[in-house]
Amino acid sequence: MSKNDEKYHIVPYKTFLLILLALLVFTFISIGVTSYDLGPLTVVIALLLATFKTILILTYFMHLKFDVKMFGILVAAVLALIAVVIFITFLDYLFR
Amino acid sequence: MSQQVHTDEHRDDIGSRFGMWLFIFTELLLFAGLFITYSVFRYKNWQAFHLAAEELDVFIGALNTVILLASSATIAMSITALQQKRKILSLSLMGVTMLVGLLFLVNKYFEWSLKFEHGLYPGSETLVALGKGEVLFFGLYFFMTGLHALHIIIGLVFIGVVFNYVIKDKITHDNFVLLENAGLYWHLVDIIWIFLFPLFYLIT
Repeated sequence: MSKNDEKYHIVPYKTFLLILLALLVFTFISIGVTSYDLGPLTVVIALLLATFKTILILTYFMHLKFDVKMFGILVAAVLALIAVVIFITFLDYLFR
Repeated sequence: MSQQVHTDEHRDDIGSRFGMWLFIFTELLLFAGLFITYSVFRYKNWQAFHLAAEELDVFIGALNTVILLASSATIAMSITALQQKRKILSLSLMGVTMLVGLLFLVNKYFEWSLKFEHGLYPGSETLVALGKGEVLFFGLYFFMTGLHALHIIIGLVFIGVVFNYVIKDKITHDNFVLLENAGLYWHLVDIIWIFLFPLFYLIT
């Protein structure tokens, strides 16, 4: 039994087009929101929207939803590692 | 064990994708380091970064975002097309991805040229006269968008090679892991831009 005999999941074109539409909407929302001066909230909103877009790309465009579970777990672990490093760095800079 | 004779060549698609993902993780960590550097310098020089970020053209940034998002969708759809044995459609979608990727670089060229004309480039007298914060902002801007543009070029070459293999039927509807890996790389480039765009262009 070869490892490649698994049935491949074929993602319909429509799914990709819907995701693209969602990504574009998020982009225009972030452009609209950041044109107002909301102070530190602007940064938070812009980065949150960027994170949503990244999750959509990872899940659908990069097939994590349909691929081996291990890849998704590893991506989550790497993103968690990056989040921890950012947190610790700012813990240092904000309180020195 | 079955008596059946194995005629398929030795390959491991999951292992192949695993390798690509591991490489993508190193890329994520590379850019994460740069993003943290940017954030810390922004925190320490927020006034200079605010003024410098106003110099960037939101329209060109937004246009390049739309370009990259669309090209990510077309490379993803080219995999679907190949799985459905629609070779010509798959090749066309790859072609569109490469064409649009080139358009991104053309925009970047005009954007950088305009900055150079205004005397804004690493080590320029105008920039040094503006102060330390501006030097840091534009240093990071040119380094990070430049490194990203280099990734675009590598991604285009990667997709070009895959395009050639599909023509020669070295990549087919039941053996397309290389196309998947090229797609994964292209989406990574897209994700990096999704963070570069708000950090440099939108947040002022």
